[in-house]
Amino acid sequence: MEILAILIPVSLLLGGVGLVAFFWSLKSKQYDDPDGDAARILKTDYDDKPKP
Amino acid sequence: MSLAEGHGGGYNAGHVSPSACPACAAAPSAERLAELARPTHARLMLSLPGAHCAACMSTVENGLQALPGVQSARVNLTLRRVSVDADADVTAESLIPVLAGLGYEAHELDPGLLSATETDKQGRDLLMRLGVAGFAMMNVMLLSVAVWSGAGDATRDLFHWISAAIALPTVVFAGQPFFKSAWASLRVGRLGMDVPISLALVLASGISLFETMYSGHHAYFDAAVMLTFFLLAGRYLDHRTRAVARSAAEELAALEVPRATRVVDGVEAVVSISALAVGDIVRVRPGGRMPVDGVVIHGASEVDRSLLTGESLPAQAGPGTLVAAGEINLTGPLMVRVTAAGRDSSLHRMADLVAVAESAKTKYTSLAERAARAYSPLVHILSFGAFGYWMWATGGDLRFAVNISAAVLIITCPCALGLAVPAVVTAASGRLFRKGLLIKDGTALERLAEVDHVVFDKTGTLTLGTPKPMNLDDVPAEVLAVAVALAQGSSHPLAVALAGVDAEPVVIDAIHEVPGYGIEGRMAGRLVRLGRAEWVGAVPAAQTATYLSVNGQTHAILFADKLRPGAEAAVAAMRAAGLRLTLLSGDSDAPVAELAARLGIDDWHAGKLPVEKSNFVKGLQDKGAHVLMIGDGLNDTAALVQAHVSISPASALDAARTASDIVLLGQDMAPVADALRIAKQATRRIRENFGLSAAYNVVAVPLALVGLATPLLAAAAMSLSSITVSLNALRLK
Repeated sequence: MEILAILIPVSLLLGGVGLVAFFWSLKSKQYDDPDGDAARILKTDYDDKPKP
Repeated sequence: MSLAEGHGGGYNAGHVSPSACPACAAAPSAERLAELARPTHARLMLSLPGAHCAACMSTVENGLQALPGVQSARVNLTLRRVSVDADADVTAESLIPVLAGLGYEAHELDPGLLSATETDKQGRDLLMRLGVAGFAMMNVMLLSVAVWSGAGDATRDLFHWISAAIALPTVVFAGQPFFKSAWASLRVGRLGMDVPISLALVLASGISLFETMYSGHHAYFDAAVMLTFFLLAGRYLDHRTRAVARSAAEELAALEVPRATRVVDGVEAVVSISALAVGDIVRVRPGGRMPVDGVVIHGASEVDRSLLTGESLPAQAGPGTLVAAGEINLTGPLMVRVTAAGRDSSLHRMADLVAVAESAKTKYTSLAERAARAYSPLVHILSFGAFGYWMWATGGDLRFAVNISAAVLIITCPCALGLAVPAVVTAASGRLFRKGLLIKDGTALERLAEVDHVVFDKTGTLTLGTPKPMNLDDVPAEVLAVAVALAQGSSHPLAVALAGVDAEPVVIDAIHEVPGYGIEGRMAGRLVRLGRAEWVGAVPAAQTATYLSVNGQTHAILFADKLRPGAEAAVAAMRAAGLRLTLLSGDSDAPVAELAARLGIDDWHAGKLPVEKSNFVKGLQDKGAHVLMIGDGLNDTAALVQAHVSISPASALDAARTASDIVLLGQDMAPVADALRIAKQATRRIRENFGLSAAYNVVAVPLALVGLATPLLAAAAMSLSSITVSLNALRLK
């Protein structure tokens, strides 16, 4: 059971990383236009070269 | 192949130049800085009700970016608008025809009004709390699974302590929306839905902490966090639906950017309407809307009053004519002396009429509110009853009694109320939004489902307000040719409709428009005129018509309003659904009768004043009918407010749109019939969800009352009922 002393902090840390990533996505306005972003990923406009 | 080479070439050139001339690299960035700092930069917002797919985004963005002066354009598909960064000389008016050319209807929006919705702080705040609750739920659940599967003694205590360390801060942080609203409702002496929720959260956290300290077997940390998560999810869905509706409603409010052209000593300046004072002179160009009430002091024209009164026939205007805000000037420029602006204008008086009707309206109690009213006291009675009984039965074992009471509160979690209703409403309004209907009010769907009588307005609602020539077959071809040739010289709506007729125009010299009367010209030296009856010397007909005099003879060309696309289908579908239909118009008898016959509406009334319309609806309601009012004009506004539920098209005036519960975004009226069907279905789903959650409670609550509820049972009941009601909501078609 000593393994718990490692596993529990590790699992909490990993969950925390996910939470921080969520905060970041929230801050960078990634939930402002969910419909548009879902469609935008399928556009072929800048497949050959990056957007100028 | 050549394309790829072209790209490659451009790419290389871009890379070579900086290395060839290192100093040059600094210059463009300085230029760019200057460009960024330029004050002439403008941000424009346009609403795009027709945008719905990935291809639309590319078409609109590329189309706009190809224009000179436009730096970037970005479509927001969720809110259906495009924001454009452009030079200051690019105006929204210049972009609208470009978008129309691409096939998209666009309206200018006021960015000042919209900035508030863009940074939707409240929504982001809820989402953050939801994320925190979700994170905590996952971790606490992992630990709880270990306890449920038999971890004992020290391990269980350790897991309970870690759970407490995660759950308590989470409940304090993520539960704030519930605590705040519970406190607010307690302060005014009501038992809202949030009171039992908050009580359950506090009690569950408290008793679990107590149990943990005394190394008890049962801790409800997982249940407390899960309750927070599910209810926050419902709250967020609810908020999102409202935010989309609100931003779109604000969009519509911002559609008409109110400006007027004021003339001071012969110099024209465009000013905001609020800057106008009584006595100012404003110029109204042909095609423009009267910004104020006033008296015409110069010019001759015709005015379209259809939005205010429902009359489809334009009225003549000359010096001395009184005009009211909202009327549309048709043929010639008018100078108007302001007699009332802003608050005193007839538009505003109409808004007062709406306010009166609004205050008289009995507030509708939604299904969720009715359920919450029954639910809150029941839950409290059950919980305190169990507490009291077990205190007595165990001879004062406080710890056991509080445990039971907390378990009852958790098991009766109002997930169906808090999650199921928002889920159904979100699914239904999302579906209707895609069809082009905007639900402005949360209870509008439920009210729509109860409708049994539909009242229509005519001009602008069932018809588009654009005329169509009717009796072309009766007019000789050579006469028609003269009429078409003359009509091409004017922008009057009747002339525009006539100019589109397929006829070979004859050559007419010296065509000129006589504002307010018509168009005249010379054909082979003889005078020909197209215009008002008295001006050409004809006998006026009963319906909308224009008159032609040629070779001493007069001919009347009759017009009827063009039907709104989908109107026939919508009316037919409503009749098939067994609804009673009434047509109520401010227009004269003949056009109303004609339209009613065409659509097959037997019950029609013409020449109705705004107050009469509103009284008519009230009369129906007094007889027990649930009335759906569909109208667009200011004369309908009071009736829209009076009705049980109301729909207005996006082309309606602000006041009418504000008053109505649902706005039809596109031109097509067919979605209205769908809306009635979807509303019925949504209401049925809500009832089903209440039934489902009641069934869960009937099974689980007795177990909790007799003290058999374990944290595992609470967690299972809660998540199962939440998932079932959400899935049921998604079945909506």
